[in-house]
Amino acid sequence: MKRREFIQQTAAASAFIGIGGFGLQSFSTTQKKITILHTNDVHSHIDPFGPEDGRNANQGGVARRASLIESIRKENPNTLLLDAGDIFQGTPYFNYYGGELEFKLMSMLNYDAATIGNHDFDNGIDGLYAQLPHAKFQFISSNYDFKNTIMDTHAKPYKVFVKDGIRIGIFGLGIELDGLVDKKMYKETVYLDPIETSQEMTRILKENEKCDLIICLSHLGYNYKENAEKISDLNLAKATKDIDLIIGGHTHTFLRKPTVVKNIANENMLVNQVGCYGINLGRIDFYFDSDKNKVANGTSIIV
Amino acid sequence: MNLKTLLLLICIVAFASCKTKTHLYKIEGKQIAISDSLSSDIAIENYIKPYRDHVNGNLDSVLAYSVDTYSKNDGELNTAIGNLMADIVYKQANPVFKSRTGRDIDMVLLNHGGIRSIISKGNITSRTAYEIMPFENAIVVAKLPGAQIKELLEYLAAAKRAHPISQLKLTLDKDYNIESATLKNKPIDFTKTYYVATNDYLYNGGDHMDFFKKSDTLYVLDYKIRNALIDYFTETDTINPVIDDRFIKKNN
Repeated sequence: MKRREFIQQTAAASAFIGIGGFGLQSFSTTQKKITILHTNDVHSHIDPFGPEDGRNANQGGVARRASLIESIRKENPNTLLLDAGDIFQGTPYFNYYGGELEFKLMSMLNYDAATIGNHDFDNGIDGLYAQLPHAKFQFISSNYDFKNTIMDTHAKPYKVFVKDGIRIGIFGLGIELDGLVDKKMYKETVYLDPIETSQEMTRILKENEKCDLIICLSHLGYNYKENAEKISDLNLAKATKDIDLIIGGHTHTFLRKPTVVKNIANENMLVNQVGCYGINLGRIDFYFDSDKNKVANGTSIIV
Repeated sequence: MNLKTLLLLICIVAFASCKTKTHLYKIEGKQIAISDSLSSDIAIENYIKPYRDHVNGNLDSVLAYSVDTYSKNDGELNTAIGNLMADIVYKQANPVFKSRTGRDIDMVLLNHGGIRSIISKGNITSRTAYEIMPFENAIVVAKLPGAQIKELLEYLAAAKRAHPISQLKLTLDKDYNIESATLKNKPIDFTKTYYVATNDYLYNGGDHMDFFKKSDTLYVLDYKIRNALIDYFTETDTINPVIDDRFIKKNN
């Protein structure tokens, strides 16, 4: 079994590089591509906006998103689908079904993971918990300590996905709830410092979990012009290292393209957010190659 | 060591080293619009349909009838639609408040900006309530000392906007100074405390209604404004609100 796998790999790799002088190593020249798809702040927008809508006429819609995602998965099976929170609240679907349909549809679209937004507490932490049976994807939250709540153990601090041998570590950050969400809604949820949490998560994911790629799902908000010191995705990016991509939410920020930010180690990374209401899908492709083919100019970012 | 074992060993070494030998050399990022040029996934569409039919059927069932079209822009310091909303909050919330505290609500204050839509002449449905009040704001009752009632009146006089009120009657002179103010047709005793119903957004500092910050006792009724509207429309056959004299400015 192993032998056959080995020979097939060698043959394929040799074909790829033309003349494979050293057959035993040449298999590793196979390039790998990981596709990350993401949404944020969909806010129960299941149907597309109608033709009469003043701002977003004929845009959005889960059924359209589903066909787009399916075509991308066919093109590259090594795809992860992620959401950065505020799944709930915004259309009567939420008022009638409490988030059941949102979670069911996300499960049908094969979402891999989501983090938790402030509006996901709109029916209280019990309302969120009640809908969990409908979600087949993983909730990831690293800085909400749910220990003394009903959500305890139902959100992981991080998760490692392995696609085509590439280890992708994902952690999640939520916004400070005090002053934003009624305490009786989030109950004993404890908010932890996002930067300290990120430092811990990136250490675990890089050193212990040996991840090739680290992604932060954030509901902190892109940035706050009126309050520049407030923790935001841009501030977090600058203050940390080893994060390759921050997928943001909360501020409903429409970006023309993902933002390239220099982290604290002076390395480029990406911050992205795709507005709200399921109007856009974000797509980030990561290309890997063997170290043998490594060139001096490092990673090129095309946005 | 036979050939098979050797190959297996090399194989394992090669695979193991392969793992640590990859590097990220290129990242491409873009955004894809979910537009009407994309086809809909039929399975998803069919799954949504019964939910949509139920929600729409429910939202569009007729609850009441409106004899005219009412807009928050019809009227200077009070409007028919604002009066209706504030009166609905009083009518629907007072029994809840009274059953819990044994007291009556003294007045209602909402905000003009919180009226998010017109009421159109004709049938009123739950959808009407969602359009007027798309937010989840809930009714709260704040215990306010007389001094803060005075601030509240001054706020209304200075704002010169038709913030919806109920049970309060406020008359301004031609220069927007307070001429008279009554609660439930009685003079206001500024040494007493009063119970003011509002929504949680305003209580928490929305529209800079800072007098609410000085309230030390809050009663949360767990009753959304929208649900109060739906309950009222369900109980009521016809709505016919009017602009009245609850908040006016004299011209001379």
